Amino acid sequence: MSTTHTTTGTWFFACKTTDVPTNGGVCVKYNDEQIALFFFARRNEWYATQNLCPHRRQMALSRGMTGTVQDEPKVACPFHKKTFSLKDGRCLSDEHECSLTTYPVKIVDDRVYINVAEIPVMAEV
Amino acid sequence: MKVVVIGNGMVGYKCCEKLIARSASSPLELVVFGEEPRPAYDRVHLTSWFDGKTANDLLLAPLSWYTDNGIRLHLGDPVMQIDRTHKTVTSYKGITEQYDYLVIATGSAAFVPPVPGMDKKGVFIYRTIEDLEMMKAYAPQASCGAVIGGGLLGLEAAKALLDLGISNTHVIEFSPRLMPRQIDEQGSAILQHKLHQLGLKILTGKNTREVMGDEAVTGLQFADDTILPADIVVVSAGIKPRDELARACGLATGPRGGIIVNEQLQTSDPYIYAVGECALHNNMIYGLVAPGYEMAEVAVSHMCSDHKAFTGFDMSTKLKLIGVDVASFGDPFPAPDTCHSIVFEDKYKGTYKRINITPDGQFLLGGILIGDAAAYNLLLQTARNKMVLPANPEELLLGSRGTADNGAGVTALPDEAMICSCENVSKGAICQAVTDGHETLDDVKKCTKAGTCCGGCTPMVKDLITASMKAQGKYIRNVVCEHFAYSRQEMLDLIKLKSLRSFDEVLDHYGSGEGCEVCKPVVASILASLWNDMILDKGNDTAQDSNDRYLANIQKGGTYSVVPRIPGGEITPEKLIVIGEIATKYNLYTKITGGQRIDLFGAHLSDLPDIWEELIAAGFESGHAYGKALRTVKSCVGSTWCRFGLHDSVSFAIQIEERYRGLRAPHKIKSAVSGCIRECAEAQSKDFGIIATEKGWNLYVCGNGGSKPQHAQLLAADLDSDTCIRYIDRFLMFYIKTADPLTRTATWLNKLDGGMDYLRNVVVNDSLGIAEQLEAAMQLLVDNYKCEWREVVENPELRKRFSHFVNAPADKDPTVKFETMRAQKKAAEWK
Ligand code: SRM
Ligand SMILES: Cc1cc2nc3c(=O)[nH]c(=O)nc-3n(C[C@H](O)[C@H](O)[C@H](O)COP(=O)(O)OP(=O)(O)OC[C@H]3O[C@@H](n4cnc5c(N)ncnc54)[C@H](O)[C@@H]3O)c2cc1C
Ligand code: SF4
Ligand code: FES
Repeated sequence: MSTTHTTTGTWFFACKTTDVPTNGGVCVKYNDEQIALFFFARRNEWYATQNLCPHRRQMALSRGMTGTVQDEPKVACPFHKKTFSLKDGRCLSDEHECSLTTYPVKIVDDRVYINVAEIPVMAEV
Repeated sequence: MKVVVIGNGMVGYKCCEKLIARSASSPLELVVFGEEPRPAYDRVHLTSWFDGKTANDLLLAPLSWYTDNGIRLHLGDPVMQIDRTHKTVTSYKGITEQYDYLVIATGSAAFVPPVPGMDKKGVFIYRTIEDLEMMKAYAPQASCGAVIGGGLLGLEAAKALLDLGISNTHVIEFSPRLMPRQIDEQGSAILQHKLHQLGLKILTGKNTREVMGDEAVTGLQFADDTILPADIVVVSAGIKPRDELARACGLATGPRGGIIVNEQLQTSDPYIYAVGECALHNNMIYGLVAPGYEMAEVAVSHMCSDHKAFTGFDMSTKLKLIGVDVASFGDPFPAPDTCHSIVFEDKYKGTYKRINITPDGQFLLGGILIGDAAAYNLLLQTARNKMVLPANPEELLLGSRGTADNGAGVTALPDEAMICSCENVSKGAICQAVTDGHETLDDVKKCTKAGTCCGGCTPMVKDLITASMKAQGKYIRNVVCEHFAYSRQEMLDLIKLKSLRSFDEVLDHYGSGEGCEVCKPVVASILASLWNDMILDKGNDTAQDSNDRYLANIQKGGTYSVVPRIPGGEITPEKLIVIGEIATKYNLYTKITGGQRIDLFGAHLSDLPDIWEELIAAGFESGHAYGKALRTVKSCVGSTWCRFGLHDSVSFAIQIEERYRGLRAPHKIKSAVSGCIRECAEAQSKDFGIIATEKGWNLYVCGNGGSKPQHAQLLAADLDSDTCIRYIDRFLMFYIKTADPLTRTATWLNKLDGGMDYLRNVVVNDSLGIAEQLEAAMQLLVDNYKCEWREVVENPELRKRFSHFVNAPADKDPTVKFETMRAQKKAAEWK
């Protein structure tokens, strides 16, 4: 796994852009962490969040359905359809639910990089 | 003004309500005595106590209503005496109250014929909640029931016995027909036939001579010397007005009971009124609630020096008796020389309709509707408002709801037309409420009270709401979500029109934004229902609901289940062995499902293609357990082995399952085929179910198990196999085209205007002229069917999608944990 160091943290190479389905998500492995990566083809925007859904602690968000609400990008967990903002990770369908950690994403040529400076140590799942 | 009301039943309560409504203008002191232990409740819906309504649900108003309005309510304390000279009443507990006006609303008691043995244990009457409680307590020890009396109340009581689990129940009627006051002989014959089908046995022309048994009832002996065994008996042979108080204080009563009243409901003492079932007006006791409410209105207005008159009330009623519509309105059977009757009978469907019109054909006098009373409200209004009939009055009977001119009926009514006769609400009042912004049924009910009593006028109130909103240029839209301003049905038509094939194209043409978890599956399902392309193609994979996207159901912990199709539940030993071997190899939990097949649980995402590759090699295909699609067609063993089997239900189930496999719809679809009426495949709980008959197959549709079970209804009888399949094609396609998202067939039917009759017309009689189109659309899907798991297994690009980590495809999700139970694995408990 190749990683690049920048001043603000670690950009690591996740996958090729073509590995990610249009308007869908994949799960990226980074050491012991799982990151959900999403591609919004219509707006050419990329988002990354933790893969763990805080609701029932399921490693599933990358398999969730993406979309927008009032133009805000979001993902719906496949288990119980809780929805989370991809901009700031807050739960849109339940104000008492925990927020997701989000990560910056950048594309260089056809390569996707995720910035993991702020990856917290995840509690055991 | 001080008013005392004796009796806190339905009509007594209505008097209080009316008095309170008028008390703003003149001060009022109101005292009520009730004999029953609880405040007034809805006696009309007494029987719903057996389907789960509690005594509290049935209350017309909570106790607090009386307190809040300053009413002194004495419950469980009957009045024992009226002293007309001093204008006082005295109760059982010794309370004496003085009155300016007294209202007697004591109702009636069940009439118990003077037959020996009526006092035995196990003989009940059916009038109060206490009666029901006693019946319910006794029922567990009973197995055969009898109801004496085949009138309206008797049939209600019979329903109660069925609800109590006493399926062997007889109704005994003295006269030669059921409901002799409301319906004629021909109508009774149809009603009897229908009730019979529902499991109720009917004996007419039977005169009960004795109730048999020592201490408890064991049977009934009739005048013709026959005997009917029965260990629970309900007597419902008529009502007897409770006029005992009136009699004792010297008020005029009728020779056969009832307190005589004039048009203002005054008794022979002008300070005493009598209303409801205890009042005898013009030689008539009214055993229904609507005339009682009208009496309350007239009596109260008279006390307040307002002059209204009670000039009689027609006995029109519409009921659902054990699921069968029965209505009788106006004059149901006038003398033959004063009218001319049009009769329509359909023995097969069990409907009977009769209307009586004036000899000049101008006006409607009354009529009878059995089996289908959808036209009741309109006919009743036509008769009541003396509306001139159309040139062909038979259209009143034959023109069905749900056709293009639906709703035209209510528009034609005059504003004064009484829509809710229980609460006296006119068409004008309802339309006004809508104009004032009350645009939902609940709102209109709250603000006008229409439809809050017997509920019979609810369909008409709904029609009026829609008609008034249309008249104001409003249109109620049922759109998918913020991204598409169309209903599902509109979307389907648009997508078809433009031949769109992917979610993206649809969004480009008709939507905005990016879509969401609501509209994506809707569009994906429509695309699949129209074209049956591979659902993961054309970028549609990410528009599929998560289970469809991975062609498997996601489980607790993030693994998936594998459900191969086992058509009709038939499987060879060799295939069973393969399933066993695969389950062992991939360490899968196995279980026989409720749908006659085998589910393998706990598969890692990345194992799915390998598992399916092996299953497909052994001749299996996808079971679509993950899709809003055809699930299983259950079968019973049928004529190949079963001694009762009429036809080969397994072969037919397999044929049907293979025809509709992979068919995607607004919700999942289930089916079953039974080889005879014993129904071991439970076909009547399915979206479409087939039962063998001597002559062919009976086709039932729109059944549902699940959280709100509903039995399927007969669509057509005695079909040959080809016709049966043609009807299923039409039925399913029509459902697919018109249902809202995530609506099972049962719910769809419940919302369909015109209901089953309309559906039958479309499917069987091709009333919309679309049958051929529906069949062709289905054939296209059948021809395009491919096993989607085979396509994935054979396509490396699609296979690639089935890995947990995009950057480590060989790794499984390390967080998946299992536990062990009864020698198999299970998902670890989640937190
Ligand atoms: C496996 C099975 C239970 C079993 O072990 O027997 C099952 C399992 C599930 N059922 Fe079921 N149902 C199963 C038979 C039934 C039946 C019985 C039948 O079909 O004869 C019913 C009632 C009959 C009916 O549907 O009318 C049934 C009524 C439901 C419902 C309620 C549907 C409703 O209209 O109320 C749901 C929820 C839904 O579909 O929205 C549901 C949903 C589910 C889901 C899909 C819930 C989910 O989304 O995870 C379960 C997934 C199982 C899995 O992971 O594979 N399941 N489910 C049965 C699979 C049958 C099969 O071979 O395909
Ligand atoms: C099972 C069933 C189904 C029915 N279905 C329908 C239907 O579908 N449609 C329809 O229109 N009608 C129906 N009815 C009839 C309807 O319920 C009655 O017409 C209505 O309840 C009459 O109201 P009421 O106030 O006159 O009498 P009730 O409701 O009987 O009230 C009289 C009250 O007065 C009390 N009372 C009597 N004597 C005294 C006393 N001395 N002091 C104090 N209190 C006293 C009684 O205990 C009772 O509570 C049905 C009735 C039954 C039993
Ligand atoms: S009944 Fe509920 S718990 Fe059982 S399988 Fe069906 S959905 Fe799951
Ligand atoms: S686990 Fe994600 S919504 Fe429940």
